Amino acid sequence: MSELVPAAGAASGRGGPRRQDAFGASGSGDTSGFGGLVRNPPVLASSSRPFGDADADTVYDALERAFPQLTDALERVVVDRGELTLHVRRDHLLAVAQTLRDDLQLRFELLSGVSGADYPDDPTGRRLHAVYHLTSMTWRRRVRLEVSVADDDPTVPSVMDVWPTADWHERETYDLFGIVFSGRDGLERIMMPDDWIGHPQRKDYPLGGVPVDYKGAQVPAPDSRRSYS
Amino acid sequence: MTHTFDTSAAFTSAAGSTTSAGPPVDDAPGYDSTSGRDSASERGGAPGQNNAPGYDDAPGYGDAYEAGFTESAGERVYTVTGGDWEQVIGGEDYSERLTVNMGPQHPSTHGVLRLVLEIEGETVTRTQVVIGYLHTGIEKSCEFRTWTQAVTFLTRADYLAPLFNETAYCLAVEKLLGITDEVPERATVIRVLVMELQRIASHLVWLATGAMEIGATTGMIFGFREREKILDLLETITGLRMNHAYVRPGGLAQDLPNDVVRDIQAFLVDMPKRIKEYHALLSGQPIWKGRMVDVNYIDAASCIALGVTGPVLRAAGLEWDLRKTIPYCGYETYEFDVPTSLDGDSYARYLLRLEEMGESLKIVEQCLDRLKPGPVMVADKKIAWPAQLSIGTDGMGNSLDHIRTIMGTSMEALIHHFKLVTEGFRVPAGQVYTAVESPRGELGYHVVSDGGTRPYRVHVREPSFVNLQAVPAMTEGGQVADVIVGVASVDPVLGGVDR
Repeated sequence: MSELVPAAGAASGRGGPRRQDAFGASGSGDTSGFGGLVRNPPVLASSSRPFGDADADTVYDALERAFPQLTDALERVVVDRGELTLHVRRDHLLAVAQTLRDDLQLRFELLSGVSGADYPDDPTGRRLHAVYHLTSMTWRRRVRLEVSVADDDPTVPSVMDVWPTADWHERETYDLFGIVFSGRDGLERIMMPDDWIGHPQRKDYPLGGVPVDYKGAQVPAPDSRRSYS
Repeated sequence: MTHTFDTSAAFTSAAGSTTSAGPPVDDAPGYDSTSGRDSASERGGAPGQNNAPGYDDAPGYGDAYEAGFTESAGERVYTVTGGDWEQVIGGEDYSERLTVNMGPQHPSTHGVLRLVLEIEGETVTRTQVVIGYLHTGIEKSCEFRTWTQAVTFLTRADYLAPLFNETAYCLAVEKLLGITDEVPERATVIRVLVMELQRIASHLVWLATGAMEIGATTGMIFGFREREKILDLLETITGLRMNHAYVRPGGLAQDLPNDVVRDIQAFLVDMPKRIKEYHALLSGQPIWKGRMVDVNYIDAASCIALGVTGPVLRAAGLEWDLRKTIPYCGYETYEFDVPTSLDGDSYARYLLRLEEMGESLKIVEQCLDRLKPGPVMVADKKIAWPAQLSIGTDGMGNSLDHIRTIMGTSMEALIHHFKLVTEGFRVPAGQVYTAVESPRGELGYHVVSDGGTRPYRVHVREPSFVNLQAVPAMTEGGQVADVIVGVASVDPVLGGVDR
């Protein structure tokens, strides 16, 4: 579900799950005409070359030259809002990362960060995504790597040997999402207490909170309030 | 066998877990990090202590604070509740190595940072940084609020630079919305203006706390004195001293008040004199230099490997400032210098931050020249509220102007306002990463939208969080007292580190 774009024929440029009418209500006898509005659910998208973005094309061309098996290594390539995202298969992550760091035309020396994202509805079944934000200080470009794994096999090779700064980032991603980074030491919880159970940033982990009385009415806890999206 | 003394029994389990290098342990039900501490079979008796077998045999019910020792990872960890060392260790031979907890409640830890130091005499042989004591789940909370409401959470992450958090997040949301170019010029100039004021304020807090930590209390008074003036300015502009929630997706919450420009100009006249005062007070002072020169050295290559950015990286020699290298908010049109140094020590970081204050003053001055009348919010009424809430002339309630606009002219405007405030606007699906140069380095926001009215995922790349990883590299092999200087020179803000 990452890099969501609306399916063809969607009513507007705004994505989101399939929705009918403007405000998500149903059976209300609405006569305004907004009830006929239908928005289709998003689909996984992949950009085709040339991307039409100078930086993205340059980076991809250079990576293809330096890493001939690139098509095997990548699942999808997305260029969106001027940002290049390479969806890498996890077996090739280390090789791609090493090339991105060392090749003279690429030189992504700085790993700006690793963040996780949880997509329980991912059509591939691999809901946990590890997202790497790389910065080339030489060329002043950014690129994003994304690796997705399934909940029952949440292992991703650690990039700590390529970028030592990944240490705490990976610990945080493990702590909050449960993605296990293999081939490194000391993968322990960093934000939550050591004996915490569960991974709080997953979508099926509740926010918690209690209802609050306010001026005679009861305000429900944040995660049980009405959601519009 | 080496022996480790742990003076804080309450934290033994966490200390043990940080040192162990075993395979990752998922949340298996049987996993219990405290079992090593409480297991009766591993607990040794100290002379003079009453270890009633019936009491200690029950696993998990032992007194965690009882004197004695446990074996952990091949090392003997003593728990001390008082008395005499010689008695506690039973006259055993022991090495000089001590493990000392510094923090999490220690005045020099900038909040709740915990350092586990292994020391031999006065020399630090190993530093471990333990964080998480201030984790409040800001990123998770954002997923349950609208795109605009999320600002009020994120502003509380790095509480010494809230406007940087707000701006970086709003730049990300605007990029997702595709309205980056539609943000009015005046809003962008005011964003730069308040950010640069805040950069000075943040560096002043760094100066004040850093000076206090090494005993220069006058520096503390000086730093907080000038910071208060900036907070007064920001209070006039935003209504709050901290946690402003002033920058909103699409622009700003409100325009500048009328007479604040005059106040800022007065500040611009005053501040350069104050910076001279800091130099006069501290820069040449022998004790100050003795504590900082050649202390906590780190070079540029190590900085990049460890992800360190901001003043620490620039003090190590690399001219890397996102305002120049990957500009945003029109910084490429401002005239200012990026100070650097080749020394890579704490003193270089100190001088560099003082210079950065001067450069920020230059930018603020240019911002004042560029302030042209105009809107401070995008024109798109699907994002901007139809009328500005403001206080009436009696100081209470909404202004007549607001009520006239929203109640009098159009019922649809009222409905629309209500929907926009309660439900929020939708943001097209996708993900972006935007970064700004905060006082501590690259502050990045990875924001994902699924097309709904709430952020799907907000991740903060916090410079404090990343830079803290360099503390072991800076402090190991040095003196205990230099650890405090080292942590201070990194300038971590734990609200940002733990989020």
